[in-house]
Amino acid sequence: MNTPQIQEDEQTHIDAFNARISSGKTIEPKDWMPQKYRKQLLRMMSQHAHSEVVGMLPEGNWLTRAPSLMRKAVLLAKIQDEAGHGLYIYSGAETLGTDRAEMIDQLLTGKAKYASIFNYPTLNWADMGAVGWLVDGAAIVNQTALAKCSYGPYSRAMIRICKEENFHSKQGYQIMAHMMRGTKEQREMAQDAVNRFWWPVLMMFGPSDADSPNSDDLMKWKVKLYSNDDLRQRFIDRTVPQAEAIGVKIPDDKLKWNPTTRHYEFGEINFDELKSVITGNGPCNKLRMKQRNDAHKNGAWVREAAVAYAEKKSKA
Amino acid sequence: MSTKENWPAWEVFTQQKNGAPHEHAGNVHAPDAEMALLNARDVYGRRQEAINIWVVPSVAITASTPEDMGPFFDPGNDKMYRWPNYYKTPEGIKQI
Repeated sequence: MNTPQIQEDEQTHIDAFNARISSGKTIEPKDWMPQKYRKQLLRMMSQHAHSEVVGMLPEGNWLTRAPSLMRKAVLLAKIQDEAGHGLYIYSGAETLGTDRAEMIDQLLTGKAKYASIFNYPTLNWADMGAVGWLVDGAAIVNQTALAKCSYGPYSRAMIRICKEENFHSKQGYQIMAHMMRGTKEQREMAQDAVNRFWWPVLMMFGPSDADSPNSDDLMKWKVKLYSNDDLRQRFIDRTVPQAEAIGVKIPDDKLKWNPTTRHYEFGEINFDELKSVITGNGPCNKLRMKQRNDAHKNGAWVREAAVAYAEKKSKA
Repeated sequence: MSTKENWPAWEVFTQQKNGAPHEHAGNVHAPDAEMALLNARDVYGRRQEAINIWVVPSVAITASTPEDMGPFFDPGNDKMYRWPNYYKTPEGIKQI
């Protein structure tokens, strides 16, 4: 076949792909897609799945010290959900042609990234409230947008996850509300948690639009439907009234309602901190990788036993 | 054992309530069918979403391909007379 013919075929594929995207149809695993679309999605989805998995660690820290049996049961259920979320997204990502085992290996060997927020420590019980309310709250804003993305398996995983994530955010908010009605010490713990988590949570939406290298392609392909800054603004607008309702203060002197734009104005985000945490220098990066690797190693016997049992039965 | 072991994938179909059809819910990895079923229950049935579950080895599924789409479904596309609203009934007839 001559080269112009190949180029023509390629162009036919690209045109059909673009037409599907602009008509709002989803792209499915067996559809033709540009290499770059596949690569970017695989990057996003595997990072997202890793984040769900690593996200279990800061909460696992409080399982044995939850203040009541009920809180412990709720926390366990939330952590189990996170494992399930990781599974849904890995499963969607596998349709792009990479095994889950390969992706997990990339996480364990430190080649893959995950959400920067999980590199911050959870220092007191109120952090379980702040994580559920703010971290999961931010994730909901992000994931509600991704539920409309152009890649079918990703979109379907997000729809499933959003349904469950609402419980996470509500139980966190309830912990905060409860503590804000408590003793002076409890209110201080709640405020301390918000003081530490607020800015890192705003960073979860990624660099500002002007400095977001992959955004253009992702928006063109409807993988992202809204920009990082738009989603961040949406999160702030819906969260500030929730903070006011329970009397916890958002640690931002510049935070102010603008009646003209009908949005909150807010202070400057320290994106150097985000860069530093993403590149491995956050407070808990090394700890999280060690915990994840230890968990994988310590769970090896369970996987080995499952295989041995399956083999034994198949011979019987 | 290597960290890269990959168990076979199983497609999961759940029946949400009595009388309803089984619908595709997602998939799980497991070394055998029995564990696939247990994993499927934990992943796709934690909130009473299922009263019955099927697991099917993913490799056992044969699917139509996007390239086939036109010609493959064509026989169904040009036979409007298969729909009841293709037919006009005399005025005044309410039930048929």
